[in-house]
Amino acid sequence: MKCRVCRDPAVIEVRRHNAGFCHPCFVKHCRDQVKKAVDAYKMFSENERVLVAVSGGKDSLALWDILVKLGYRVDGLYIGLGIGDYSSESAQYARSFAKAREATLVEVDLPATYGFDIATGSKAARRAPCSACGLSKRHLFNSEALRGGYDVLATGHNLDDEAAVLLGNVLRWDLAYLGRQHPVLEAGGGFVRKVKPLVRLAERETAAYCVLEGIDYIVEECPMSVGNRHLAYKGVLDDLEESSPGSKASFLFGYLERGSPLVAGVSAAEREALHPCPTCASPTVSEVCAFCKLVEKATAKR
Amino acid sequence: MKVIMRNPRREIELRGPLSVTSLLATTEVRREAVLVIVDGTLVTADATVEDSATVELRPVISGGSS
Ligand code: SF4
Ligand SMILES: [Zn+2]
Ligand SMILES: [Zn+2]
Repeated sequence: MKCRVCRDPAVIEVRRHNAGFCHPCFVKHCRDQVKKAVDAYKMFSENERVLVAVSGGKDSLALWDILVKLGYRVDGLYIGLGIGDYSSESAQYARSFAKAREATLVEVDLPATYGFDIATGSKAARRAPCSACGLSKRHLFNSEALRGGYDVLATGHNLDDEAAVLLGNVLRWDLAYLGRQHPVLEAGGGFVRKVKPLVRLAERETAAYCVLEGIDYIVEECPMSVGNRHLAYKGVLDDLEESSPGSKASFLFGYLERGSPLVAGVSAAEREALHPCPTCASPTVSEVCAFCKLVEKATAKR
Repeated sequence: MKVIMRNPRREIELRGPLSVTSLLATTEVRREAVLVIVDGTLVTADATVEDSATVELRPVISGGSS
Protein backbone atom coordinates (compact mmCIF):
# COMPACT_ATOMS: atom_id res chain seq x y z
CA MET A 1 0.00 0.00 0.00
CA LYS A 2 1.23 3.46 -0.90
CA CYS A 3 0.80 6.86 0.72
CA ARG A 4 -2.03 8.76 -0.91
CA VAL A 5 -0.06 11.98 -0.75
CA CYS A 6 3.54 11.15 -1.70
CA ARG A 7 3.41 7.50 -2.93
CA ASP A 8 6.00 6.31 -0.36
CA PRO A 9 5.12 3.03 1.40
CA ALA A 10 2.17 3.54 3.77
CA VAL A 11 2.32 2.71 7.50
CA ILE A 12 -1.41 3.13 8.17
CA GLU A 13 -4.62 2.92 6.22
CA VAL A 14 -7.66 5.05 7.03
CA ARG A 15 -10.61 3.17 5.62
CA ARG A 16 -13.02 6.06 6.05
CA HIS A 17 -10.93 8.09 3.60
CA ASN A 18 -10.05 4.99 1.57
CA ALA A 19 -6.42 6.05 1.86
CA GLY A 20 -3.02 4.99 3.17
CA PHE A 21 -0.46 7.39 4.61
CA CYS A 22 3.29 7.29 5.24
CA HIS A 23 4.56 8.49 8.64
CA PRO A 24 5.15 12.21 7.82
CA CYS A 25 1.97 12.53 5.74
CA PHE A 26 -0.11 10.81 8.44
CA VAL A 27 1.19 13.14 11.15
CA LYS A 28 0.35 16.08 8.91
CA HIS A 29 -3.11 14.59 8.25
CA CYS A 30 -3.81 14.40 12.01
CA ARG A 31 -2.64 17.94 12.72
CA ASP A 32 -4.58 19.25 9.70
CA GLN A 33 -7.77 17.57 10.94
CA VAL A 34 -7.37 19.14 14.37
CA LYS A 35 -6.62 22.55 12.89
CA LYS A 36 -9.66 22.22 10.65
CA ALA A 37 -11.90 21.39 13.62
CA VAL A 38 -10.48 24.23 15.74
CA ASP A 39 -11.06 26.74 12.95
CA ALA A 40 -14.36 25.43 11.59
CA TYR A 41 -16.04 25.42 15.01
CA LYS A 42 -14.17 28.54 16.20
CA MET A 43 -12.82 26.68 19.25
CA PHE A 44 -10.03 29.08 20.26
CA SER A 45 -7.40 31.43 18.88
CA GLU A 46 -3.59 31.48 19.22
CA ASN A 47 -3.81 34.04 22.03
CA GLU A 48 -6.18 32.12 24.25
CA ARG A 49 -5.02 29.82 27.05
CA VAL A 50 -6.13 26.22 26.65
CA LEU A 51 -6.31 23.60 29.40
CA VAL A 52 -6.30 20.03 28.08
CA ALA A 53 -7.82 17.35 30.29
CA VAL A 54 -5.32 14.48 30.13
CA SER A 55 -6.01 10.94 31.30
CA GLY A 56 -2.68 9.40 30.31
CA GLY A 57 -4.44 7.65 27.43
CA LYS A 58 -3.80 7.99 23.71
CA ASP A 59 -6.44 10.58 22.86
CA SER A 60 -5.65 13.26 25.38
CA LEU A 61 -1.87 12.92 25.01
CA ALA A 62 -2.14 13.03 21.21
CA LEU A 63 -4.35 16.11 21.57
CA TRP A 64 -1.90 17.86 23.87
CA ASP A 65 0.98 17.10 21.51
CA ILE A 66 -0.90 18.24 18.40
CA LEU A 67 -2.07 21.51 19.98
CA VAL A 68 1.48 22.32 21.09
CA LYS A 69 2.82 21.48 17.61
CA LEU A 70 0.15 23.73 16.09
CA GLY A 71 1.49 26.57 18.24
CA TYR A 72 -1.33 26.97 20.76
CA ARG A 73 -0.83 27.94 24.42
CA VAL A 74 -1.67 24.69 26.21
CA ASP A 75 -1.29 23.26 29.70
CA GLY A 76 -2.48 19.84 30.88
CA LEU A 77 -4.83 18.86 33.72
CA TYR A 78 -4.68 15.41 35.28
CA ILE A 79 -7.32 14.21 37.76
CA GLY A 80 -6.30 11.35 40.07
CA LEU A 81 -9.42 9.21 40.49
CA GLY A 82 -8.04 6.66 42.92
CA ILE A 83 -8.66 3.71 40.60
CA GLY A 84 -5.77 1.53 41.89
CA ASP A 85 -2.88 0.70 39.57
CA TYR A 86 -4.74 2.17 36.63
CA SER A 87 -4.66 5.63 38.20
CA SER A 88 -1.07 5.47 39.38
CA GLU A 89 0.15 4.23 35.99
CA SER A 90 -1.86 6.70 33.94
CA ALA A 91 -0.57 9.56 36.11
CA GLN A 92 2.99 8.46 35.32
CA TYR A 93 2.31 8.68 31.58
CA ALA A 94 0.86 12.17 31.92
CA ARG A 95 3.79 13.31 34.08
CA SER A 96 6.50 11.91 31.81
CA PHE A 97 4.84 13.49 28.79
CA ALA A 98 4.81 16.88 30.50
CA LYS A 99 8.35 16.51 31.82
CA ALA A 100 9.83 15.55 28.45
CA ARG A 101 8.31 18.66 26.88
CA GLU A 102 8.77 21.00 29.84
CA ALA A 103 5.03 21.54 29.74
CA THR A 104 2.84 22.48 32.71
CA LEU A 105 0.67 19.73 34.19
CA VAL A 106 -1.91 20.74 36.79
CA GLU A 107 -2.86 17.83 39.06
CA VAL A 108 -5.87 17.29 41.30
CA ASP A 109 -6.22 14.15 43.37
CA LEU A 110 -9.82 13.23 44.17
CA PRO A 111 -9.07 11.01 47.21
CA ALA A 112 -6.50 13.44 48.67
CA THR A 113 -8.61 16.56 48.15
CA TYR A 114 -12.17 15.32 48.53
CA GLY A 115 -11.69 12.19 50.62
CA PHE A 116 -13.14 9.52 48.33
CA ASP A 117 -12.29 7.48 45.25
CA ILE A 118 -14.53 6.48 42.34
CA ALA A 119 -15.41 3.05 43.73
CA THR A 120 -16.52 4.55 47.06
CA GLY A 121 -18.40 7.41 45.42
CA SER A 122 -20.13 5.08 43.03
CA LYS A 123 -21.31 2.77 45.81
CA ALA A 124 -22.38 5.54 48.18
CA ALA A 125 -24.35 7.44 45.54
CA ARG A 126 -25.69 4.29 43.86
CA ARG A 127 -24.43 5.45 40.53
CA ALA A 128 -22.53 3.41 37.95
CA PRO A 129 -18.77 3.99 38.36
CA CYS A 130 -18.53 5.81 35.03
CA SER A 131 -21.40 8.06 36.02
CA ALA A 132 -19.82 9.07 39.35
CA CYS A 133 -16.49 9.43 37.59
CA GLY A 134 -17.89 11.46 34.70
CA LEU A 135 -19.66 13.91 36.94
CA SER A 136 -16.57 14.36 39.13
CA LYS A 137 -14.36 14.95 36.12
CA ARG A 138 -16.76 17.44 34.51
CA HIS A 139 -16.96 19.36 37.78
CA LEU A 140 -13.20 19.43 38.35
CA PHE A 141 -12.38 20.25 34.73
CA ASN A 142 -14.61 23.29 34.91
CA SER A 143 -13.55 24.51 38.33
CA GLU A 144 -9.83 24.02 37.61
CA ALA A 145 -10.08 25.82 34.28
CA LEU A 146 -11.82 28.77 35.96
CA ARG A 147 -9.39 28.78 38.86
CA GLY A 148 -6.38 28.82 36.54
CA GLY A 149 -7.86 31.60 34.40
CA TYR A 150 -7.97 29.49 31.22
CA ASP A 151 -10.15 30.59 28.32
CA VAL A 152 -11.10 27.12 27.26
CA LEU A 153 -11.08 23.50 28.38
CA ALA A 154 -10.27 20.87 25.73
CA THR A 155 -11.04 17.16 26.04
CA GLY A 156 -9.78 14.23 23.97
CA HIS A 157 -13.16 12.99 22.73
CA ASN A 158 -12.64 11.56 19.26
CA LEU A 159 -14.95 10.72 16.38
CA ASP A 160 -15.73 7.25 17.76
CA ASP A 161 -16.53 8.61 21.22
CA GLU A 162 -18.81 11.29 19.87
CA ALA A 163 -20.62 8.92 17.52
CA ALA A 164 -21.18 6.47 20.42
CA VAL A 165 -22.49 9.24 22.69
CA LEU A 166 -24.77 10.43 19.90
CA LEU A 167 -26.16 6.93 19.43
CA GLY A 168 -26.87 6.70 23.17
CA ASN A 169 -28.57 10.10 23.20
CA VAL A 170 -30.68 9.24 20.16
CA LEU A 171 -31.71 5.87 21.57
CA ARG A 172 -33.13 7.69 24.59
CA TRP A 173 -34.21 10.76 22.59
CA ASP A 174 -32.56 12.80 25.29
CA LEU A 175 -33.05 16.26 23.81
CA ALA A 176 -31.20 18.11 26.58
CA TYR A 177 -28.10 15.92 26.08
CA LEU A 178 -28.46 16.16 22.31
CA GLY A 179 -28.61 19.94 22.57
CA ARG A 180 -25.34 19.93 24.50
CA GLN A 181 -23.57 17.50 22.19
CA HIS A 182 -21.46 19.85 20.14
CA PRO A 183 -17.70 20.25 19.49
CA VAL A 184 -17.92 23.68 21.15
CA LEU A 185 -19.96 24.66 24.18
CA GLU A 186 -19.73 28.38 24.71
CA ALA A 187 -18.86 29.80 28.12
CA GLY A 188 -21.68 31.15 30.24
CA GLY A 189 -23.58 30.72 33.48
CA GLY A 190 -20.43 29.70 35.35
CA PHE A 191 -19.14 27.31 32.70
CA VAL A 192 -15.86 27.79 30.88
CA ARG A 193 -15.90 27.19 27.11
CA LYS A 194 -15.51 23.47 26.31
CA VAL A 195 -14.13 22.07 23.07
CA LYS A 196 -13.41 18.71 21.45
CA PRO A 197 -10.69 19.28 18.86
CA LEU A 198 -10.33 15.55 18.02
CA VAL A 199 -13.86 15.11 16.59
CA ARG A 200 -12.48 14.70 13.10
CA LEU A 201 -10.09 11.87 14.09
CA ALA A 202 -11.03 8.25 14.80
CA GLU A 203 -9.53 6.48 17.80
CA ARG A 204 -7.43 4.27 15.54
CA GLU A 205 -5.86 7.44 14.17
CA THR A 206 -5.05 8.95 17.57
CA ALA A 207 -3.49 5.63 18.65
CA ALA A 208 -1.42 5.48 15.45
CA TYR A 209 -0.35 9.09 15.96
CA CYS A 210 1.01 8.21 19.41
CA VAL A 211 2.85 5.11 18.17
CA LEU A 212 4.42 7.01 15.26
CA GLU A 213 5.36 10.06 17.31
CA GLY A 214 6.80 8.02 20.18
CA ILE A 215 4.18 9.10 22.72
CA ASP A 216 3.91 6.52 25.51
CA TYR A 217 0.41 6.16 26.88
CA ILE A 218 -1.55 3.75 29.03
CA VAL A 219 -2.80 0.96 26.76
CA GLU A 220 -4.60 -0.90 29.55
CA GLU A 221 -8.22 0.04 29.97
CA CYS A 222 -9.73 1.43 33.13
CA PRO A 223 -11.00 -1.64 35.05
CA MET A 224 -14.34 0.12 35.63
CA SER A 225 -15.07 0.40 31.91
CA VAL A 226 -15.86 -3.31 31.52
CA GLY A 227 -19.38 -3.77 30.22
CA ASN A 228 -20.32 -0.09 30.19
CA ARG A 229 -22.95 1.09 27.74
CA HIS A 230 -20.58 3.35 25.87
CA LEU A 231 -18.56 0.28 24.76
CA ALA A 232 -21.74 -1.49 23.66
CA TYR A 233 -22.68 1.50 21.46
CA LYS A 234 -19.19 1.52 20.01
CA GLY A 235 -19.56 -2.16 19.15
CA VAL A 236 -22.79 -1.52 17.25
CA LEU A 237 -21.24 1.35 15.31
CA ASP A 238 -18.10 -0.68 14.57
CA ASP A 239 -20.27 -3.38 12.97
CA LEU A 240 -21.90 -0.75 10.78
CA GLU A 241 -18.58 0.84 9.91
CA GLU A 242 -17.17 -2.56 8.93
CA SER A 243 -19.85 -3.09 6.29
CA SER A 244 -20.02 0.53 5.17
CA PRO A 245 -16.93 2.59 5.97
CA GLY A 246 -17.72 6.22 6.66
CA SER A 247 -21.11 5.64 8.29
CA LYS A 248 -19.88 6.74 11.73
CA ALA A 249 -18.61 10.02 10.33
CA SER A 250 -21.78 10.69 8.38
CA PHE A 251 -23.92 9.84 11.42
CA LEU A 252 -22.03 12.34 13.58
CA PHE A 253 -21.38 15.13 11.10
CA GLY A 254 -24.86 14.86 9.60
CA TYR A 255 -26.23 15.40 13.09
CA LEU A 256 -23.93 18.33 13.83
CA GLU A 257 -24.86 19.99 10.56
CA ARG A 258 -28.57 19.33 10.34
CA GLY A 259 -29.85 17.92 13.63
CA SER A 260 -28.01 19.92 16.24
CA PRO A 261 -29.41 23.37 15.27
CA LEU A 262 -32.93 21.99 15.82
CA VAL A 263 -32.35 21.05 19.45
CA ALA A 264 -29.93 23.80 20.50
CA GLY A 265 -32.85 25.69 22.08
CA VAL A 266 -33.48 22.92 24.61
CA SER A 267 -30.10 23.28 26.27
CA ALA A 268 -30.19 27.07 26.01
CA ALA A 269 -33.41 27.00 28.06
CA GLU A 270 -31.70 24.72 30.56
CA ARG A 271 -28.83 27.17 30.97
CA GLU A 272 -31.28 29.90 31.88
CA ALA A 273 -32.22 27.91 34.97
CA LEU A 274 -28.63 27.65 36.25
CA HIS A 275 -27.56 29.23 39.50
CA PRO A 276 -24.41 28.89 41.62
CA CYS A 277 -24.23 25.92 44.02
CA PRO A 278 -24.31 27.29 47.60
CA THR A 279 -21.41 25.03 48.62
CA CYS A 280 -18.94 25.27 45.74
CA ALA A 281 -20.35 28.02 43.48
CA SER A 282 -20.43 25.73 40.44
CA PRO A 283 -23.44 26.19 38.18
CA THR A 284 -26.35 23.82 38.81
CA VAL A 285 -30.08 23.52 38.20
CA SER A 286 -30.71 21.72 41.48
CA GLU A 287 -30.42 23.18 44.95
CA VAL A 288 -26.98 21.70 45.60
CA CYS A 289 -24.79 20.62 42.66
CA ALA A 290 -24.41 16.93 41.78
CA PHE A 291 -20.73 16.91 42.69
CA CYS A 292 -21.32 18.31 46.18
CA LYS A 293 -24.07 15.72 46.70
CA LEU A 294 -21.66 13.00 45.63
CA VAL A 295 -18.96 14.30 48.01
CA GLU A 296 -21.44 14.38 50.84
CA LYS A 297 -22.67 10.82 50.29
CA ALA A 298 -19.21 9.42 49.64
CA THR A 299 -17.70 10.92 52.79
CA ALA A 300 -20.66 10.42 55.14
CA LYS A 301 -19.89 8.29 58.22
CA ARG A 302 -21.50 4.88 57.89
CA MET B 1 6.70 -15.34 15.59
CA LYS B 2 5.69 -13.97 18.94
CA VAL B 3 2.27 -12.29 19.03
CA ILE B 4 1.53 -9.96 21.93
CA MET B 5 -2.11 -9.21 22.69
CA ARG B 6 -3.41 -6.73 25.25
CA ASN B 7 -6.30 -6.25 27.68
CA PRO B 8 -5.48 -8.66 29.21
CA ARG B 9 -1.86 -8.92 28.16
CA ARG B 10 -0.97 -12.35 26.72
CA GLU B 11 1.43 -13.90 24.24
CA ILE B 12 1.01 -16.60 21.63
CA GLU B 13 3.40 -18.26 19.16
CA LEU B 14 2.52 -18.57 15.46
CA ARG B 15 4.49 -19.94 12.52
CA GLY B 16 5.58 -17.32 9.93
CA PRO B 17 5.85 -15.90 7.43
CA LEU B 18 2.25 -14.78 7.59
CA SER B 19 0.36 -11.90 6.01
CA VAL B 20 -1.15 -9.42 8.46
CA THR B 21 -4.57 -10.32 7.08
CA SER B 22 -4.16 -14.00 7.93
CA LEU B 23 -2.56 -13.17 11.27
CA LEU B 24 -5.69 -11.18 12.17
CA ALA B 25 -7.96 -13.95 10.90
CA THR B 26 -6.08 -16.59 12.93
CA THR B 27 -6.26 -14.53 16.12
CA GLU B 28 -9.88 -13.51 15.35
CA VAL B 29 -9.07 -9.85 15.77
CA ARG B 30 -10.85 -7.21 13.75
CA ARG B 31 -8.46 -5.11 11.67
CA GLU B 32 -10.02 -1.80 12.63
CA ALA B 33 -9.90 -2.68 16.33
CA VAL B 34 -6.11 -2.84 16.53
CA LEU B 35 -2.85 -1.37 15.33
CA VAL B 36 -0.42 -3.99 14.04
CA ILE B 37 3.07 -3.19 15.30
CA VAL B 38 5.88 -5.40 13.95
CA ASP B 39 9.20 -5.07 15.81
CA GLY B 40 8.15 -1.61 16.96
CA THR B 41 6.99 -0.40 13.53
CA LEU B 42 3.41 0.24 12.46
CA VAL B 43 2.41 -1.78 9.36
CA THR B 44 -0.59 -1.93 7.01
CA ALA B 45 -2.78 -4.98 6.36
CA ASP B 46 -0.91 -5.98 3.19
CA ALA B 47 2.41 -6.43 5.06
CA THR B 48 4.02 -9.84 5.68
CA VAL B 49 5.31 -10.81 9.10
CA GLU B 50 8.47 -12.95 9.20
CA ASP B 51 8.83 -15.87 11.56
CA SER B 52 11.56 -14.11 13.56
CA ALA B 53 9.37 -11.05 14.29
CA THR B 54 7.54 -9.91 17.39
CA VAL B 55 4.09 -8.54 16.64
CA GLU B 56 1.90 -6.49 18.94
CA LEU B 57 -1.83 -6.29 18.27
CA ARG B 58 -2.63 -3.12 20.16
CA PRO B 59 -6.32 -2.38 20.74
CA VAL B 60 -7.45 1.13 19.90
CA ILE B 61 -10.91 1.16 21.47
CA SER B 62 -11.15 3.08 24.72
CA GLY B 63 -14.05 2.65 27.06
CA GLY B 64 -14.44 5.84 29.10
CA SER B 65 -17.87 7.34 28.74
CA SER B 66 -17.04 10.91 29.62
S1 SF4 C 1 -13.93 4.07 32.33
FE1 SF4 C 1 -15.46 5.03 33.64
S2 SF4 C 1 -14.59 4.94 35.71
FE2 SF4 C 1 -12.91 4.55 34.27
S3 SF4 C 1 -11.96 6.54 33.95
FE3 SF4 C 1 -13.48 6.26 32.32
S4 SF4 C 1 -15.37 7.20 33.10
FE4 SF4 C 1 -13.98 6.90 34.84
ZN1 LIG D 1 3.43 10.38 2.27
ZN1 LIG E 1 -21.40 22.23 44.50
